[in-house]
Amino acid sequence: MNAHANVTVTRAEVEDFFYLEAALLDEWKLAEWEKLLADDATYFVPPNDVLEGDFRDTLYIISDDRERIRQRVIRINDPNCHAEYPKSRTCRLITNVRITGVEGDIVRASANFVCYRYRRYQREFSFVGTYQYKLRKTADSFLIRERRVLLHAHELGKLGSVSFIL
Amino acid sequence: MSAMGQANGAANGRSFVIDDLKKGTFLLDREALVSQDVLRTEMKNVFARCWIYVGHASELKKPGDFHTRRVAGRPVIFARDAKGEVRCFLNTCRHRGALICTERNGNRRRFNCVYHGWIYNNTGELARVPGDEAYTEAFDTSGLGMKTPARFDAYKDFWFMNLDPEAQNLHDYLGEAKGYIDLIVDQSPSGKMQVISGTQEYDVNANWKLMVENSVDDYHLPSTHSTWLNYMANSGVKVEPPKDATLVLPTKGLAIDLGNGHFTTDNINFRGRPVAAWIPIYGEDAKPEMAAIREELVQRLGPERAKRVCDTNRNLVIFPNLVINDGSSVTIRTFFPDGVDKMQVTAWALGTAEESEAARARRLDAFLTFYGPGGFATPDDVEALELVQQGLANWEDDRWSEMSRGMGRENEQLNSDEHHLRTFWRHWNKMMTESNGAAGEAK
Repeated sequence: MNAHANVTVTRAEVEDFFYLEAALLDEWKLAEWEKLLADDATYFVPPNDVLEGDFRDTLYIISDDRERIRQRVIRINDPNCHAEYPKSRTCRLITNVRITGVEGDIVRASANFVCYRYRRYQREFSFVGTYQYKLRKTADSFLIRERRVLLHAHELGKLGSVSFIL
Repeated sequence: MSAMGQANGAANGRSFVIDDLKKGTFLLDREALVSQDVLRTEMKNVFARCWIYVGHASELKKPGDFHTRRVAGRPVIFARDAKGEVRCFLNTCRHRGALICTERNGNRRRFNCVYHGWIYNNTGELARVPGDEAYTEAFDTSGLGMKTPARFDAYKDFWFMNLDPEAQNLHDYLGEAKGYIDLIVDQSPSGKMQVISGTQEYDVNANWKLMVENSVDDYHLPSTHSTWLNYMANSGVKVEPPKDATLVLPTKGLAIDLGNGHFTTDNINFRGRPVAAWIPIYGEDAKPEMAAIREELVQRLGPERAKRVCDTNRNLVIFPNLVINDGSSVTIRTFFPDGVDKMQVTAWALGTAEESEAARARRLDAFLTFYGPGGFATPDDVEALELVQQGLANWEDDRWSEMSRGMGRENEQLNSDEHHLRTFWRHWNKMMTESNGAAGEAK
């Protein structure tokens, strides 16, 4: 793909991609989910109080490079990842999908989400936030270059841990 | 089995522990972790009488900077006033009791109450009352400044408040714990540490005292954190196998009673330290700078002290609710009960004021390998504590927690024993059961 020419992309393509990713995460198909990641993919959850902070000088909740994501998935799949064993049930609702910029083969897109996480004994956690993506356009889909999750709550508070892929 | 009348019980006959030194057993009454009465007594006997961590001076860079937070359940304003002095005010309007400042942080010369518009200077004085001609001469604004905690003092930029005007001074209260704070501050060539931007605030559905235990309990590492140990191994960090079959940790570590209910673990480092013990997770690029950091420490502190700073890890508890972990990174963690079965945790990362951009990034990255709500270990701690609280629903029919580990050992206590947990519980039990117990007993 020519790095100088901006790719053309429709919102429907981005939406389809987001829905696919949400399904893989909600179904705990993490090996398939990892196939959506570029080799230089990053995954960020900034702290609730400094959403604009740079991970190099701000304490994030999650700041993963590709290798750390690989290790995170190994950990989450392990039955000794007690915070996610038995696995939480999650359900993501994704909406307000917008393409916010295109630069060469990189598409910036964002979406609002509600991610419900359920643990046993009626423990329910509602993560409300905005996804901000940098997607690399491929021949028939996208690869995730950056996946940034902004949480709207003022503090993590009763949401507790982010022990799954949010 | 009854706690009444046991050896080492409280004077008034009520004790939450059975501390049998002769048999070498220690049992904790689980009522301590589930009872509303206990929580009410804790508010009076513990949180209203101990020195409670408020914040770090580095969070207030310029005059006028402030943070609002809840400390021991009390809404406070932690501020640097116009003269540059660090202050702490109760964030409650003297007029009708409204919360005055609603912003999380910022820079202000004055704090305005939204309700009737009373205005306070950042030195605390009441500066303006709208329509003050409606009052008699008995209305004296000079006595209506924002209230402050009875005591407010600092050790090396760590600021604490105490609601008890009779409390012993902070330096005596901290006692031997000061030496362990020094070990952290020694990381900095200028002696200045910096709380790094970004706050982790999360709830744990468990009694707050379970976090005290967990923060220093190295017995749980192999079982609770096997996925973290795997991650370290996957990342080329060689975790040495135990040399002694009785140890559950790869290296022998100690647990030390520091008096006044404070205690710490003290371990040989085996997990890498941003200052300054390299592991492959930091990357090859980090090696020269980390060698330089170590060299500076050797020059400034001498080889022995430098080794202490670089090659040992500590989880320090300042009684009752401040934890400073100096391990994968340095974290300040404080927590407060929000009901008997829930706590609110706040955690910060602490770095040296002068560290380079790369060193700061490395420190934060190392933090996240273990600590915090998205770390590779803390979420499993949270789960374990919540499982304890859920299990405690059976407390009336299964009343005692077993905490005797290591009691038979003659000399040093290991980090994987429960000696330091017993240190906490003995001190807590004393404060809870003595009618006029002293917050700062001699060790």
